[in-house]
Amino acid sequence: MIEAKVITKIYKLGDDEVHALDGVSLKINDGEMVAIMGPSGSGKSTLMAILGCLDTPTSGEYLVDDQPAAGLKESQLASLRAHKIGFVFQQFNLLPRTSALENVMLPLTYDGTKIKDRITRAEEALEIVGLKDRMKHHPNQLSGGQQQRVAIARALVNDPAILLADEPTGNLDSKTGAEIMSLFQQLHNSKKQTVVYVTHDAFIARHTERIITLRDGKVLRDEINKNPIKAGTPRPDEMLNNGNGKNGAEVQQ
Amino acid sequence: MSILNNIRIALRALKANKLRSSLTVLGIVIGVAAVVALLSIGKGATQGITSQVEGMGTNLVTVSSSRMFGPGGGGASSTSSLYYSDYEAITTKVDNIAGIAPYYQSQEAVATTNRTSNYSVIGITPSYEEVTLQTIELGRFLTSSDGLTKKRVAVIGATVSSDLFQGLNPIGRTIKINNVDFEVVGVLASKGTSGFMSGDSNVLIPLETGYAKVFGVRARSNGKYTLSGISISAASAESTDAVISQTETVLRSQHNLGLNDDLGFSVSSQAQMLSSLSSITSTLTALLGAIAGISLLVGGIGIMNITLVSVTERTREIGLRKAVGAPRKAILFQFLVETVTLSLIGGVLGILLGAAIAAIVSFLGLITAVVTVDVLVLAFTFSAMIGLFFGIYPAWQASKLNPIEALRYE
Repeated sequence: MIEAKVITKIYKLGDDEVHALDGVSLKINDGEMVAIMGPSGSGKSTLMAILGCLDTPTSGEYLVDDQPAAGLKESQLASLRAHKIGFVFQQFNLLPRTSALENVMLPLTYDGTKIKDRITRAEEALEIVGLKDRMKHHPNQLSGGQQQRVAIARALVNDPAILLADEPTGNLDSKTGAEIMSLFQQLHNSKKQTVVYVTHDAFIARHTERIITLRDGKVLRDEINKNPIKAGTPRPDEMLNNGNGKNGAEVQQ
Repeated sequence: MSILNNIRIALRALKANKLRSSLTVLGIVIGVAAVVALLSIGKGATQGITSQVEGMGTNLVTVSSSRMFGPGGGGASSTSSLYYSDYEAITTKVDNIAGIAPYYQSQEAVATTNRTSNYSVIGITPSYEEVTLQTIELGRFLTSSDGLTKKRVAVIGATVSSDLFQGLNPIGRTIKINNVDFEVVGVLASKGTSGFMSGDSNVLIPLETGYAKVFGVRARSNGKYTLSGISISAASAESTDAVISQTETVLRSQHNLGLNDDLGFSVSSQAQMLSSLSSITSTLTALLGAIAGISLLVGGIGIMNITLVSVTERTREIGLRKAVGAPRKAILFQFLVETVTLSLIGGVLGILLGAAIAAIVSFLGLITAVVTVDVLVLAFTFSAMIGLFFGIYPAWQASKLNPIEALRYE
């Protein structure tokens, strides 16, 4: 469970103060799957950084599994990231020239896991994302969707309290994007994994039961979505013009 | 985070940029090789000179006229000539003398039937063997009867023997010194080193024979026989200083010099010579090492440069490692291990290269270089320190990167 209480984040740009977050409160329970939506500049990246313990709020409280994370020192934040957080990025951020297995093992080198356990756990994580047969492959031998699944395995390997994804489908075409959403839904349904992802795409956001919309650093709406879209369902606009409906985003080869 | 794991990560990162890593290592290799080679050569030179001086006998006091290192010809100023009578006076008046050997030394043409070469020809008395620690390899040494009868016999050094006789047994053969026939009766054992002050290029003849048949008027001054020097072996190491001062007193009275007059001779002990020589060579060695150290320093700057580039290039990797839980010190350690690994690889290769250079120099017979463990340990430690020192700044730069900004770095 994670809980944010009246979080603000103020950046100083010269003499100006930018209120990136302006009193955000939210609570995400174990096993929930939540989408955070908002246009660019709404503060969702800043919120992601704070939820991911990459940054601390200017004021307010943030609890990860009842552990306070606001106002911690850098080393303590690093320890929280190592044990409680799984991060998935838009750019995948896999280490090049490094096998899928070793990429997945990376977080375990920093959380004190014994060497012999690392391989077993990384193999298990790769099995969950369906890439056990590709674990010796290097990132450049994998498709974009496969790379993102390796990244998800890497985020899952330390058994995090919360899996955070920042525009996880942003670099993927809609078909592979659907695979990733399907994987998230599967993790949510069968493993009761807490999943929080950020997107600017309303269609992707509607794959969850709960959508939080940010605007100007504040929570605009926190709504329940009664009928989450099942991953793989075509976009409405795709059905209309049969185009590649990803808001003009390029299809990655 | 285990050290082993860090080393594996470092090796992988270095392997990813093979050319760049090897060029960086090359800088260290050259630096370390230069340090090892130059220090070994310096040490070898020091040991060579030391063993040559020691080979002349411990407790040795040498009296030499200023003419000794000058041109071997006559016309020496009468005031600074060392006379045969000085030798006789020292023998009777100075205490604690275990052995005393007067000699007259001159460069002469020495010839066999088909070869001619210049060697140092030394007229000696039989005590020379004991005082200057000569060993006979073949034949016999000169005897007092050789001198008394002014026999034309010679004992030659090892180099002279191999130069003139090319491996033939020289005993019984004839050599011409200054066109006078001499019979070779003995060959000296080599003292192992060539060059400065070695006895291997000497030809020894009886002093009396030399005065009568070889040195001629050059060895005479004011109607008296002169000497190039007198070697005295003191009875013990403790008595050398007393022998020196008594010898000086005798020489002053022999030459009617007051206490404040310039003596005109040098009376010095082996120990004084050794310490002044070794201070010269160790200064030279330190100088050579310092020059080599500069190239090692340049190699270190190369490491720092490359690591800074590598930190910039791998900003996203650093951001990612931090995002998945790497603390600052893990990143710091990772880059430090990389630079230390680079410098240690350079150190090992440099030691091998430096030792090879030292071996080649010894093989070519220029100087017998001595590669000692302390030089290797010094070079290895120094290269590791260079890696550590020049790695700290880039590693610290990497470790303080903000993960969010690092992840967004393009």
